[in-house]
Amino acid sequence: MSSWYWWMILGMAAVTYIPRAIPLTFLEGRELPPAVSGVLRNIPYAVLGALIFPAILYAQETDLLFGVIGTIAALAIAWLGGGVMGTVLGTIAVLAVYSLLV
Amino acid sequence: MQQDGFKAGLKSGSMIAIGYFPIALTFGLLAKTTGLSIIEAVGMSIFVFAGASQYIALSLIAGKVDPLVIVLNTFIVNIRHFLMTASLNEKMQPETRWKKAVYAFGVTDETFSVISTHGEGRVRTSYAAGVIIMAYGSWVIFTGVGHVIGANLPLFLQAAMSIALYAMFVALLVPSMKGNRKVVMLALTAAALNGFFFWTGLLSTGWAIMVSTLASAIFVEIIYSRRGAVIRRAAGGREGA
Repeated sequence: MSSWYWWMILGMAAVTYIPRAIPLTFLEGRELPPAVSGVLRNIPYAVLGALIFPAILYAQETDLLFGVIGTIAALAIAWLGGGVMGTVLGTIAVLAVYSLLV
Repeated sequence: MQQDGFKAGLKSGSMIAIGYFPIALTFGLLAKTTGLSIIEAVGMSIFVFAGASQYIALSLIAGKVDPLVIVLNTFIVNIRHFLMTASLNEKMQPETRWKKAVYAFGVTDETFSVISTHGEGRVRTSYAAGVIIMAYGSWVIFTGVGHVIGANLPLFLQAAMSIALYAMFVALLVPSMKGNRKVVMLALTAAALNGFFFWTGLLSTGWAIMVSTLASAIFVEIIYSRRGAVIRRAAGGREGA
């Protein structure tokens, strides 16, 4: 592969970095209107909802049951207080068993 | 402010590292089959550090698509981080601009989720640094490993580990949902909207996540500020009587 590849990497790096850096540096020390800051505080929970669903169902593109079992396992373990580590490792264990059986 | 510092950050970040492991490994392998050298593959992970757009870039490179289009595509996929870092700014401790400019590089869906749901109150820069270093290290190292050894992990384990990041998202979300209807509403509204965009094919994934998130955050905020106003008015009415 030739030099165009590294120019492309430079471009990809720039357009990825800029949306990450502008808000953090520009907004530092600025007081936002309460409504705006209220919306921004909601973002983490909203984005988690959107990141999880529906992508979790398609973790294995060809096998919807895999995603469904994974979803149920993760929800159950997290709900019972498994914590992040318990939920991640527990869900992997459940699906490892499922994958071995299928 | 939170007391958790660098070490606690590394510990939280290790869950992301586990989740990145199979994805980075597969990325390294795919990069190899696409014809990238190990330096080119690892270089992309070092400088770009954005999972989804790196995968898309590979398939576009394989399709001999114009590099400019690949860059544009990367921008569209990653523009949602604008929203995340704006939100993260409300959560982080005040800090000098150059330090924020440095850790901004490491804000991904996963590091953002872990940092921004970390306890009540502001988060220390050192905690964020720990989370990010762990995640970034895993991403870069396992890209290289994947390129060298290929997908040597047993298939059933590979399959099972593909769920890791989603399980982590669930584990971050569910405890906050307990006893907090606002959080439940935020997550369900965004999930429903994102599902709608996904199944109708109305928006591509990057845009769909951004639009669903923003719409849900605004919608729920409006509902709650109205409800707050009604309660305040009712309380004021009683005082007057």
